[in-house]
Amino acid sequence: MMKRALYISGLSLILFLMVSPVWSATQDDTKEELNAKEFITEHLADSYEWQIVSDGTKHIAIPLPVILHSKSTGWHIFPSSHFHHGANSYKGFKIASEGEYKGKIVETDVKGNISRPLDLSLTKNAASLLFASLLIILIIMGVARSMKRDPMKPRKGFTGLIEMLVLSINDEVIKPSIGKDYQRYAPYLLTVFFFIFTNNLLGLIPVFPGGANVTGNIAVTLILAVATFLIVNLTGTKEYYKEILWPDVPTWLKVPIPLMPIVEIVGTLTKPFALMIRLFANMMAGHSIVLGLTMLIFITASMGMAINTSMTVLSVIFTVFIDLVELFIAYIQAYVFTLLSAVFIGLARIESYFEKKKAVETEKVA
Amino acid sequence: MSLLTPEPGLLFWMLISFGITVFVLAKFGFPAILKSVEKRKNYIEESLLAARKAHEELAGIKETGEAILAQARKEQADILKEAALKREMMMEKAREEARLESEKLVASARRQIGAEKEEALRSIRNEAATLSLTLAERILREKLGTEQEQKKMIDRLFNEMDISKS
Repeated sequence: MMKRALYISGLSLILFLMVSPVWSATQDDTKEELNAKEFITEHLADSYEWQIVSDGTKHIAIPLPVILHSKSTGWHIFPSSHFHHGANSYKGFKIASEGEYKGKIVETDVKGNISRPLDLSLTKNAASLLFASLLIILIIMGVARSMKRDPMKPRKGFTGLIEMLVLSINDEVIKPSIGKDYQRYAPYLLTVFFFIFTNNLLGLIPVFPGGANVTGNIAVTLILAVATFLIVNLTGTKEYYKEILWPDVPTWLKVPIPLMPIVEIVGTLTKPFALMIRLFANMMAGHSIVLGLTMLIFITASMGMAINTSMTVLSVIFTVFIDLVELFIAYIQAYVFTLLSAVFIGLARIESYFEKKKAVETEKVA
Repeated sequence: MSLLTPEPGLLFWMLISFGITVFVLAKFGFPAILKSVEKRKNYIEESLLAARKAHEELAGIKETGEAILAQARKEQADILKEAALKREMMMEKAREEARLESEKLVASARRQIGAEKEEALRSIRNEAATLSLTLAERILREKLGTEQEQKKMIDRLFNEMDISKS
C-alpha cells in the first residue's frame, strides 16, 4: 500500500516537472512562434553537437569532433563548439542554415561557391552509435564471462534477463526460421537484435546519453540491411542460386529475355530494402509522434491559459502513452528485423527437393 | 528529403561501430553464452536421467533388501526351532542318563547295605554265642558250686542215661 502511494506521488511529481516549464514558456509572449515542422525535422536529423538544454538564450551542449576533408585544404579536425550552435563560420566551413545542405557543414571557397566536403564528423548519431556499441559489448561480454565461469548456476537479475532474451530469440526466432545449421548464423542475428534493441531503447531516453534518433536514420538501417543482404546471398546453397538464375519455369520465360531471373534478382534486393525502410520508418515515426505531441504544448501556448493547460495535460498523457507504445515497438522492430533476416537466411539455405527426398529415404533405410 | 539520403559520415561510423560489435559479439560473446546454455541443458538432462535411474535402482535395492530380510527372518525361525528341538533332545538324554546313574547308585547302595547287614548279623550272632557261653559258664559255675550239687547233677545225669538205656 505504501509502495503504491510512493509510486503515485513519484509519478505525479514527474508529470508536474514535465508540465512546469510550460508556464515559463507561456509567460514569454514576445518570443517568436515556433515552427513545429522545422523543430521536429531538426530534432529527427543528425547534429554536430550533443544538445542538452537550449532555451534560446542559454545553450548547453557537448561538443563533438568535426572531421572534414576538403578537396582544396585537406583534412580538418576541430571540436564542433567552434560553430557556436551554427552561428559562426570557422576556417571557411559553416553549418548551412538553408538550401540543399541545410544543417550540414558546407565549405565556401574563395570564389564564394558553396560545396560539401567529405564529412566524417563524429556527429550525435555517430557518438550515440559508438556509445551503444560499447554498452552492448560490455553487457554481453559480461554475461558471457559470468556464464563461462559457472555455466550451471541459475541466473538472476539483469544477467538472467539478458540470458532469457538471448534464449527466446535463439530458440523461437532463429532456430525455427533457419532450420538445420542455425548455429552458424545465431551469433550474427543475436548481435543484430541486441544492436537494434539497445539503440531503440537509447533513442527513447530524451536526455544524454540517449535521445539520438539512431535507428530512425536511414544510414544506420542501410548498413544493417546490407549486412543481412551479404550474409543471405554469400552463404546461400547451390539450389538457392539456381532458383534465382535458372528457376523452374517454362524456358521462354528465361531464354531470349531473362524475365524470371530479373524478377528474382530484384526480389533479393527488395527484401533487405524492405528491412531498411521498415526499421527506419517505424523508429522515425515514433520519434516524430513523441515530438509532435510535445510540440502541442508550445503551439497552444499563445491560445490562452485554459486551452494551453488542458492541452498540456492531454499532451503529457498522450506522450506517456506513446512512449510506452514506443517501448514495445523498440522490441518489436528489433524482433522483426531479426526474424525477417533469419527467414531470408533460411530461404537461402533451401535444399533441392530431390536431394531432400533422397536424404529422407536414406534416413529411413538407416 | 534529407532524411531519406544516407550521410556518408554516418555510414562510415555505423560501419565501424556495427562491424566492431558484430566481430566482438559474434566471435566471443554469443557463442560463449549459447555454449554455456547448451552445456547446462545437457547437464540438466543428464541429471534427470541419472535421477530416474537412481530412483529405479533404489526401488530395486529396496525390493532385494526386503527379500533378504524375509529370508533372514525365515532362517532365524528355522534356527530357533532347531535349537529348541536340540535342547529338548539334550535334556531328554541328560535326564535318561541321570536316571540310569541314580539307579546304579541305588543298586550299589542297596548291595552294600545288604552286605553290611549280613556282617552286622554275623557279628551279633558271634557276640550272642560268646555271651551265652559266658552266661552258661557263669550259671554252671553258680549252680555247681558245691559238692552236693555236683553229685546231684551227676546222679541225675546217670538217671537220665539209664532211662534212655532201658
